[in-house]
Amino acid sequence: MSDLTRKTAVELRGLLDAKEVSAVEVATAHLDRIEAVESRVHAFLHVDREGALAAAARVDKGEVTGPLAGVPIAVKDVVTTKGVPTTAASKILEGWKPPYDATIVERLKAAGMPILGKTNMDEFAMGSSTEYSAYGPTNNPWDLGRIPGGSGGGSAAALAAYEAPLAIGTDTGGSIRQPGAVTGTVGAKPTYGGTSRYGLIAFSSSLDTPGPCGRTVEDTALLHAVIAGHDPRDSTSIAQPVPDVVAAARRGLQGDLTGVKLGIVKEFAGDGSEPGVVAAFKESLEALVKLGAEIVEVSCPHFQYALPAYYLIAPSECSSNLARFDGVRYGLRSGDDGKHSLEEVMSLTREAGFGPEVKRRIIIGTYALSSGYYDAYYGQAQKVRTLITRDFEAAFAKVDVLVSPTTPFVAFPFGSRTSDPYQMYLADLFTIPTNLYGGPAISVPCGLSEGLPVGFQIMAPTMADDRMYRVAGALESAIGTLTPPAL
Amino acid sequence: MAAISREEVAHLARLSRLAVTEEELDRFAGQLDVILQSVARVGEVAAEDIPPTSHSVPLTNVYRDDVPQPSLTQDAALSGAPDAYEGRFRVPRILDEED
Repeated sequence: MSDLTRKTAVELRGLLDAKEVSAVEVATAHLDRIEAVESRVHAFLHVDREGALAAAARVDKGEVTGPLAGVPIAVKDVVTTKGVPTTAASKILEGWKPPYDATIVERLKAAGMPILGKTNMDEFAMGSSTEYSAYGPTNNPWDLGRIPGGSGGGSAAALAAYEAPLAIGTDTGGSIRQPGAVTGTVGAKPTYGGTSRYGLIAFSSSLDTPGPCGRTVEDTALLHAVIAGHDPRDSTSIAQPVPDVVAAARRGLQGDLTGVKLGIVKEFAGDGSEPGVVAAFKESLEALVKLGAEIVEVSCPHFQYALPAYYLIAPSECSSNLARFDGVRYGLRSGDDGKHSLEEVMSLTREAGFGPEVKRRIIIGTYALSSGYYDAYYGQAQKVRTLITRDFEAAFAKVDVLVSPTTPFVAFPFGSRTSDPYQMYLADLFTIPTNLYGGPAISVPCGLSEGLPVGFQIMAPTMADDRMYRVAGALESAIGTLTPPAL
Repeated sequence: MAAISREEVAHLARLSRLAVTEEELDRFAGQLDVILQSVARVGEVAAEDIPPTSHSVPLTNVYRDDVPQPSLTQDAALSGAPDAYEGRFRVPRILDEED
């Protein structure tokens, strides 16, 4: 048997269907791989060997079937897993075991997918490099001295290091797509409301979107189909049928894009992207044109305000959401020695439990929402959100999807952007507009720059997730997948 | 927009229930200033007649039938608490003895 960890989810299902391997063997191979490489990669915060093997055994007994039954998965640590530690990479939740599963975790379990463990991330999903994890950074398997992206760096690195064939991420400003881009893997942000947020530890509730990560477009679409769909426990969940993303991905993989109009955003040009990123993006566009696609330039004049609007809206919502971490109902409590008041215990707990990026954002959010500044900051940002939505709607009247590089630069070395937070925020320049609008977007590997992966982003109208998968499949058929260097 | 002072950061930290250190105050004041100057650009575009968007999904109140459904048990809800007493969350004293 060749190495099971190199197989795609589709290939693993083929082997399981043919009874050439058991689900327990597949899970064991991945758990062993985790054990072998984790000291160098640090993609996981917690590995659940027992739980994964028990879930695999149920598949082998025929108790669970389905298109991904027996395919192991890694889950970002911001998603609650019943009885399995969930920390959102924060000290304030160290050792917390949630009493319930997130809806998407229930769906993974119902689909027979053994959960290998919980992946590292920026604390509370705030960051673009996984350097803000309270438990130490994850290393990019392409170059262990570089960031794996953020906030879902652990999920993306687990895929690139062959520790898991599939993973779950969450995307608030690009936290699925940007790590996908810099690790040479596929990451999709579904339509906001297309996947349930029940059981996600909330960061910015109007933006947070859980989604699938994989090494191929088809694998990612299969996972998308498992987790998407209406959930009555989430009031923002959309009660509409999920588009057939699997069929769309397979259609795209046949390599025909005749009649498909790809929009390139005029205002994205000249935004300081690295030349190697621009070159890989242009080559990919040429490949898509050869498959029959037409390129149309569109103008989205308000996209330039997306980054500032996001960095007001997200911290504002975060300052409100993170108020629940007060040392009363769960997590850390600090200073409770009989000498401090309740208010002092809360302040000491939050000081001890939160890292620098979380504190920065709580303070910015508190500022933006405070009397006297609300209209100038938060109120204006919500108006910009309207203008960006209008830009998208006008663009989608002319083209089927919008395309761009996923990130302006390839994976950067550790520490190179942490001293200047705003420089770090630029990593999400191309991904953020979609979060403000609510539509789906995907990052697909499209080549290398200086030996490091470059991502190609495809953005689609809300609830047209299938469209982006078709183009993503076509791109993969033309460019292929990337193989990271051996660890 | 006015620069954000060290005192202002300290005030915001108090409002946010964050006991920041002196060193953090110095560092955050500089960083927040850069961030706020960069994000102030949102004021350049949005005119008064533009309605704000708070959410990309139109929100409507969702009701279900008023039928009791299972929820977390008391033990489960208290399972992550740093301190519990007789089935409740225990918190530090709020009132002085004479209050």
